[in-house]
Amino acid sequence: MNFDLTQEQTMIRKLMRDFAEGEVAPGADERDRTKRFPKEIFDKMAELNLMGLPFPEEYGGGGADTISFAIAVEELSRVCASTGITYSAHISLGCAPLYLFGTEEQKQKYLVPLCEGKTLGSFGLTEPNAGSDAGGTKTRAVKDGDGWVINGSKCFITNASYAKFLALTAATGNMGNVREITAFIVPTDAPGFRVIDNYVKMGLHSSNTTELILENVRVTDQEILGEIGKGFRQFLITLDGGRIGIGAMAVGIAQGAYELALKYAKERVQFGQSISKFQAIQHKLADMHMQIELARTYVYKAAWLKDQGRKFTKEASICKLYASEVAMNVCNQAVQIHGGWGYMHDYKVERFFRDAKLTEIGEGTSEIQRNIIAREIGC
Amino acid sequence: MNILVCLKQTFDTEERITIENGKINEDGAEFVINPYDEYAVEEAIKLKEQHGGEVTVITIGPERAEQALRTAMAMGADKGVIVDLEDLGDQVDEHTIAQVLAATIREEDLDFDIILCGYMAVDDGSAQVGPRLAELLEIPHISTITKLTVEGDKVSVEKDVEGDVEYIDAKLPILVTAQQGLNDPRYPSLPGIMKAKKKPLTRLELDDLDLDEEEIAAKTEIIETFLPPKKEAGKILTGDLADQAKELVQLLRSEAKVI
Repeated sequence: MNFDLTQEQTMIRKLMRDFAEGEVAPGADERDRTKRFPKEIFDKMAELNLMGLPFPEEYGGGGADTISFAIAVEELSRVCASTGITYSAHISLGCAPLYLFGTEEQKQKYLVPLCEGKTLGSFGLTEPNAGSDAGGTKTRAVKDGDGWVINGSKCFITNASYAKFLALTAATGNMGNVREITAFIVPTDAPGFRVIDNYVKMGLHSSNTTELILENVRVTDQEILGEIGKGFRQFLITLDGGRIGIGAMAVGIAQGAYELALKYAKERVQFGQSISKFQAIQHKLADMHMQIELARTYVYKAAWLKDQGRKFTKEASICKLYASEVAMNVCNQAVQIHGGWGYMHDYKVERFFRDAKLTEIGEGTSEIQRNIIAREIGC
Repeated sequence: MNILVCLKQTFDTEERITIENGKINEDGAEFVINPYDEYAVEEAIKLKEQHGGEVTVITIGPERAEQALRTAMAMGADKGVIVDLEDLGDQVDEHTIAQVLAATIREEDLDFDIILCGYMAVDDGSAQVGPRLAELLEIPHISTITKLTVEGDKVSVEKDVEGDVEYIDAKLPILVTAQQGLNDPRYPSLPGIMKAKKKPLTRLELDDLDLDEEEIAAKTEIIETFLPPKKEAGKILTGDLADQAKELVQLLRSEAKVI
């Protein structure tokens, strides 16, 4: 048992902390107000070769591990959760399925430019009537000659406006009572493909969340990700990895809000002393600190299992569920400790609070996580 | 071009300093490359990028200081030397450090055209080691530089002199010390970080160097270590200006004892 980070992980944390504070934190409040997507941040990350962080060097990746990926997402989210989720989705939803299920040719054609940061990664799964219930998938791909014709729509798709291509799921037939789902890699500039960036969101204002409309979009057999009918299994595996990213994002948001609350509590003087001297505030801060420590440790455990090549489905769900609920609680208390100022934009914690909510919803709601955990423990 | 950088691992500048049993408590503290030394590392890598050659980073410190060398390697330095002086205990000051650095450079046969150091370390702030080392190696030095140009063996620098600038020309070999403003240190890239561990690192102890312990023993002694007194609320003088001036002079003389 060893709770120390390795030398590389330590250096990656230092790099991501410095990068986040130097390049991401300035302007984060403004981006929250203007809803501007910070393309330049990802260009700079590409220069440092961070856009393919956990993938092998032969595909243009950085050769780092999943723990380092979690560290990177946490450090970005600690100052700007929009940047954190963009990066997390790029790696764990955009790149990972291509790395895990793509043919060698597909990896060269699609994974390499993703790792080099020439385009952002995205994954088209959710539909108006199908999220975790993939059986509701209405997008259909119909065989037509030597290719396929896809029709349908997707919603809440992260990064698609900045993606040159993305993997998306479509029903290709029925297997008994179950719909046969296949993933296709589709260029976003294909005729009939529209990406609509039109949502008014609660938070994560400077991340890109889109709707996809596919009208008679044609792809060839070469664009099938892996094999026909494997789409459902593929996205279950993909989401396991994605949950580590969301867990890390939740830890980062909580850490950022907690640090702000601790600093404020020490500075704010009421009744003749700083409010951090009052036990009511001390206990809040102690709980916040404790919860974040536990959440982070569990994110690392899930990431470590993945790095060991072991099963991590249950642990990924636990880390995502626990960390996201911690993030909501910590942000709530951070606003409370700030009092009236906490409700104001300038004190940042209200942004963290709004951003945190997504972590209880995205990549499987808390309810779905409990279902998964229940299934894994044999209910 | 052979470039040497001498660096020190210091407390993270955001770390809160506490004192335990008369000593600064290092437990759980985060350490970084001394910020002025980081400018020296960056400048060295820039020189290598312009002129080719090799950057060697040298540090004196305990095992944890290896992390500082690995960080410099992640930024682009090629190899490192770490000297552990644990055996000397507290008998270490700027004199000792300069002697050990000079001996390391001589005995490891580290060729150099230029040596870069930070102009001072943010922990003890003595600003002595660079100039002392240059003296021992019998090469010229220029301290607190904010710009460096090397062409052939010609060296041109801009030196910060209390907010003014001095332009100095010199020749290689030379030792220069970095002032804030010299450059903007790069972030280490991910491939840099992943490769850093594989770069050659030489570990030395005092016994590996041909040095007389008495000769290098500290020439100074730390009498006491204490935190600065808590800042107290200022005093606002009132009344007409002439009286205020009179009172101010009086207070500066009798209370603050600065005039």
